[in-house]
Order: sequence, then C-alpha cells, then structure tokens
Amino acid sequence: MTTRTASAAIGLALLLPVAVCAAPDAMQTRYRAEGAGPFDATAGASAWQRGTSTEGETRSCSTCHGTDPRQPGRHPRTGKRIEPLAPSANPQALADEGNVEKWFARNCKWTWGRECSAQEKGNFLEYLKQL
Amino acid sequence: MHKSLWMTSAGVLGLVALAGLAIGSDERGGWWGVRGSEEARESRFSRADVPAVSFAPYTDACGSCHLAYQPGLLPARSWDRIMATLSDHFGDNAELDPAASSEIRRYLADNASDRTGFGRAPAFARSVAAAEVPLRITDTPYFRHKHHELPQRLVAENPQVRSFSNCQACHRNADTGVYGEHDVRIAGYGRWDD
Repeated sequence: MTTRTASAAIGLALLLPVAVCAAPDAMQTRYRAEGAGPFDATAGASAWQRGTSTEGETRSCSTCHGTDPRQPGRHPRTGKRIEPLAPSANPQALADEGNVEKWFARNCKWTWGRECSAQEKGNFLEYLKQL
Repeated sequence: MHKSLWMTSAGVLGLVALAGLAIGSDERGGWWGVRGSEEARESRFSRADVPAVSFAPYTDACGSCHLAYQPGLLPARSWDRIMATLSDHFGDNAELDPAASSEIRRYLADNASDRTGFGRAPAFARSVAAAEVPLRITDTPYFRHKHHELPQRLVAENPQVRSFSNCQACHRNADTGVYGEHDVRIAGYGRWDD
C-alpha cells in the first residue's frame, strides 16, 4: 500500500463515523428550526415501547424492531429480517436522511395511526444515538 | 489470398456450428426463453425466468420488507393499482414521496408481465383475464397452477416459509429472477419434484 492510499484509507476511516452521525444531527437541527427540542433519550425510549391500539391490534416500534434497537428485528408478516436501528450496532441505519424520513412517515402512521411530531422524532433519534 | 479464403471458410463453419448449438439448446428448451416450451424452460439450462430487477430506487423502496418482486410477475394495471394504494399495502403503510412513487410506478409498468416478452412473463400475463386486476402474484392463475400441488404443511404451516409471498424460502435464487424447479429447496424439507 502506498503512503497515499494509506492516508486516504485513514482519512476515510476517520470520516465515516462523522458521516454516520451527521444525518440524525442534521435532522434534529431541522426539527429545532420547526420549534421542537430539547430532545430527550428517555422519552424516546419509553415511546419506543409504548403500545397503541391501531386497527384492532396493539402496535409499538418494538413490534417490528424488537425491544432492543441494537438487535435485529423481524417483519411480523413477511418474516424478513430488519437490521438494527441503533447506529452503534448498524452504522448504516440512520445514515440517510431521506430514508429515515420515509420510514418515520410510514411507520408512525402504521404504529400510532398518525404522523410523529418533530419532537417525537427528535426524541427517537436521541435515544437511538446514545445506545 | 489462400489465407483469407481459409479464414472465411472457418468463419462460415463457426457460424454453422453456432447455429447448430442454438437449435440444440432450443430443443432442450434452454436459453431461448420465449421460444421454448414452459416445461422445457424448466430444464437445468435455463436461468432467469423473469427479468431480474435492475432499478435501485425500486429495490430500496420495496425490498426492505419483502423481496423486490420482479415486475414481470404482474400486469401493468396491477402495478398501477398497487402503487396507487401504498398507504394501505396489505395492512402496512408503504407510502413514498411523490417523486419516488412516480419513477417506481413507471419502472414497474414498463417491465410488467404484459409489457416484457421475456421468459415466463408472457405466461403470467396470459393467465390473467383482461378484466382482472390481481394485487397479489399469488392470485394469478399461472402462479396457482404452478403451486397447487404443494401441501399446506410445506408452506403456510412451515415456520420457515409461512407464506407463498416468501419466494426465497424455497426459490433460492428468486432475487435474480430464477424460479426454475431445479433451484427449489423447500426450507426445512429439501428438494421438490412434481
């Protein structure tokens, strides 16, 4: 390996964790601009487990993602594995802002029957980041 | 002069040999999907039965919860209906932003069973009556015909399969559009022969 590729690899290795954290941080900054915050990991954790009766069944985040976001989950109907959401266990989980917003939109409505507020989304991100 | 004549003859011979090979594999029902008979196409020479998915936005948007089913498994009108009802997608909310939704809808429709001439896609298309708009691949007559012999215990009652929608539990190469019998290994059971 040349010195140049070595330093490029080290540079990339240093940049990666930054890139991973960047998306949730940027999202929280956006939520603050909408009037939300400060964000509370404990509130995020309890919302994660909170069951809500939607369409005749009790649903929570943990229905599909499991009670520990550092572990993989399982789609309740198709059985397909869902990769862990905690960045500490899966650096790709929250890496793409558009993807995270897509899943917030889909899953808040499926789970709670409504969209999540900026405050709730910020709390979830805070919880997942500190795991 | 002699050299170039020799090369021309060799070229002609080569073409004849290739044509012979092509006819040979067509008779065995190999790689010529559309021309071979359905049964022949199930031979060990066949590979993809429907065109593999080659559109990343579709795989990204739909492949997280289930196999990104090849568009050649349903007619365009079915894909249109599915894409128009994503907020209640078989009980899940699978909605997308308008830009993603529109490009995926176009990809699915352009490569639908009634739009592609490849492999088994036309057979899927022909099996669906013109007035029908199936929302599930498992509701198409071609699919049913191909799976009707399978007992419940191997699919619905099999904890490793659970549903016919879980293609990859048995068709190990379903993600590449390969559904031939040769590739079937029923999870927790093994090979399946008609």
